Amino acid sequence: MTQTDPGKTAEEKAQSRQETKQALKGFGRKKQNLIPILQKVQGRLGYLPREAMTEIAEYLNIPDIDVYGVVTFYNQFRLTPPGRHSVRVCLGTACHMKGGYITLDAWKRRLDINPGETTTDREFDMDTVACVGCCTKAPVTVVDNKPEGKVEPTRVDGILLAFEQEREVKDKEESESS
Amino acid sequence: MKAAERAAVADAFKEIKERAESRWRELWHNKPVIMVGTATCGRAAGALEVLQTFRDEVKKRNLDCPVIEVGCMGHCYAEPLVIISKPGYPPICYGYVNPVIAERLLKEFVLGDNPCPEFVIGALEENDIVPSFTDFPRAQYEQKIILKNCGHTDPTEIDHYIAGGGYSALAKALEMTPEDIVDEVKKSGLRGRGGAGFPAGLKWEYCRNTRGRPKYIICNADEGDPGAFMDRSILESDPHSVIEGMIIAGYATGARYGYIYVRAEYPLAVERTQIALTQAKKFRLLGNHILGSSFNFDIILFQGSGAFVCGEATAMAASIEGKPGTPRARPPRMTTEGLFGKPTVVNNVKTLAFVPPIIRNGAGWLKSTGTKESSGTAVFALAGKIVNTGLVEVPMGTTLRQIIYEVGSGIPGGKRFRAVQIGGPSGGCLPEPALDLPVDFDSLRDAGAMMGSGGMVVLDEDDCMVEIARYFLEFTQRESCGKCTFCRLGTKQMLEVLNDFTLGQGKIEDIDSLERLAEEVKAGSLCGLGQTAPNPILTTLRYFREEYEEHILMGRCPALMCRQLIAYYILPDKCERSCDACVGSCTVEAISANKKRIKVIDQEKCVKCGTCLAACPPQYNAVVKLSPPSEVPKK
Ligand SMILES: Cc1cc2nc3c(=O)[nH]c(=O)nc-3n(C[C@H](O)[C@H](O)[C@H](O)COP(=O)(O)O)c2cc1C
Ligand code: FES
Repeated sequence: MTQTDPGKTAEEKAQSRQETKQALKGFGRKKQNLIPILQKVQGRLGYLPREAMTEIAEYLNIPDIDVYGVVTFYNQFRLTPPGRHSVRVCLGTACHMKGGYITLDAWKRRLDINPGETTTDREFDMDTVACVGCCTKAPVTVVDNKPEGKVEPTRVDGILLAFEQEREVKDKEESESS
Repeated sequence: MKAAERAAVADAFKEIKERAESRWRELWHNKPVIMVGTATCGRAAGALEVLQTFRDEVKKRNLDCPVIEVGCMGHCYAEPLVIISKPGYPPICYGYVNPVIAERLLKEFVLGDNPCPEFVIGALEENDIVPSFTDFPRAQYEQKIILKNCGHTDPTEIDHYIAGGGYSALAKALEMTPEDIVDEVKKSGLRGRGGAGFPAGLKWEYCRNTRGRPKYIICNADEGDPGAFMDRSILESDPHSVIEGMIIAGYATGARYGYIYVRAEYPLAVERTQIALTQAKKFRLLGNHILGSSFNFDIILFQGSGAFVCGEATAMAASIEGKPGTPRARPPRMTTEGLFGKPTVVNNVKTLAFVPPIIRNGAGWLKSTGTKESSGTAVFALAGKIVNTGLVEVPMGTTLRQIIYEVGSGIPGGKRFRAVQIGGPSGGCLPEPALDLPVDFDSLRDAGAMMGSGGMVVLDEDDCMVEIARYFLEFTQRESCGKCTFCRLGTKQMLEVLNDFTLGQGKIEDIDSLERLAEEVKAGSLCGLGQTAPNPILTTLRYFREEYEEHILMGRCPALMCRQLIAYYILPDKCERSCDACVGSCTVEAISANKKRIKVIDQEKCVKCGTCLAACPPQYNAVVKLSPPSEVPKK
């Protein structure tokens, strides 16, 4: 199994293990529960670290590789921790034809990561999705679970700027209060 | 079923129905009701803010005016949509509503008597005050069967569904024999709406006649086509219709359990379906001894995890069993050896939603709509370059031209129609002459496309046919599960050839090898994914071959879409010295002014995002796309 997040401390690992154990409560030890379990654990941890996967394998009494196989087969599961903000660029048919790929390029350029990755400061994670059902507003980017319409390269810069200002305000407040 | 049991069912249902009807009457009694469409399409346009505004205002003023959430009416282009029903007026639908408009509607219409015609989309009934939907040209073509309730009832209130006739088909079915139900569905000519059009009654009969217990019904709500959203919309707007259809299917086939397999990206559909299941169980429409009969049936909601191939029935079964979702060879059929090795029926959301009206109204009723071989209606998700994007339901046999131009109001911006893509990654692109084709399962297949999911993406002169083929191939290649060689390697090879074409690196003989390879992948693949993946290529080659040749021989993209084959250029004699709009807009600082203050694009730096073209004021229109890029004049 590949190392999913190097640099994680033993303490953090123990904590993911603990959270996973919590999430497992109430599930029968049948293999058919694997996907619902993975969904629940990812819902809690934001991704599926190695410790969580081994914990689940142990619980269901199946080899680690079976868990890893399922995790890597389905697009929904992540092996890397999410960022504070999530960016999902729609590449459904309508969005693609209206320039979704150009928008994706702009995100890639600005965040300097590829789809499926998280920025090194863990501020953003980015991925693509297929049609979120608001094709009228193509090209769409779903930012923190809210679909934004007409996201063209200039709008990408606008969204990032808004986040940056938000952060500055917060930093300022924090430094003032301390 | 014995006579006593039959009487018990009738009594149990009568009680539920009476209670629902009285609650429904009470809701509308002598007061205005505000309905806000809060399906995903509405939410993306800000429906939740509108909902909150109405709720706040109603509370602030202490009004007796229920504000309820409803699903999607299909007019997604005009979201957020609101329907206000007020005694003395027809129910009126308003579009493009925002919190400011919401406040005005409340003050002027709900509290006053000005129906604010400026925001009206249409009234739901004919009247003398405002135009009604029946006056729209599309009303002539639309016929709503499975979308009938969508957008008009609260999907989280089982009483609304029951008051509108819901679950009466289940009560009726329980008084019939399972064989009679299978017969009725067979006679209705209902064909599966998941794409292939397999007769639903026949599938049920196979399952019924196979030994092995417990049997399963799976509702396929995976909706993997990246341009279709009707199954989501039905589950978000009218989940009980699907659940009722499933229970009837369970009774007819002798199944004990049902699974609804919903796509992971549909959180709202999951939430609303779960609420509906809980309510149905509470009303004893689901679970043990349904309506007091001896029939037991349970439904489990299963969330998919984002894999297109899991829409294929055998892969879906593997996924529910907790394995990677790879398909297996058939036979054995799913009805012989399906989920957990037991006889299983897999039906699409829409197929199941057709069942209650068939049982209520009889087989002949469905047969009277549509064509001889495809009865009933077809639901399409209209998207792309079309004015009225959204959901439409029309009788089978309606022509593409009627759907696009009458129901969808044609192409925006005075652009020229180029093609219509039907059926998503399994479907194909049809050109102008195919527009008079009556759509049903068979005519579309003959034309090389496929009903598929029912996604319908309209393409205009700015859309490149080679690129759309490449787009779908990229999708199927990524989603290929890798189990069989033809699909795993074939899609990859085809994609690479298409990539070369769009980069201007193809050779003319590649077209023939691409066509041959496409036929082979179609013939050799294990499941429908690989068997249909070549369709987008084959149809574009069949109808738009000259566009492929232009890419290869002239390095030119006629739609000016393929980025490697175009360049942006600023026409010096049109560029206005005093204007800097493009310079500021450029996201990579590739534009600068020369000595004469004429703006010039640095072709090396340009990423061809088109922002400058959009930024250039219309009175100058100085930015153009040129293809091939060598058209750009050298200094
Ligand atoms: C790759 C692939 C994806 C599919 N995706 C879907 C889907 O999203 N929804 C669906 O109902 N059927 C889908 N199908 C078709 C199903 O295998 C199956 O035929 C269908 O659900 C049967 O239901 P029906 O008889 O009601 O049409 C897909 C098939 C293939 C090969
Ligand atoms: S294609 Fe992007 S929302 Fe539908």
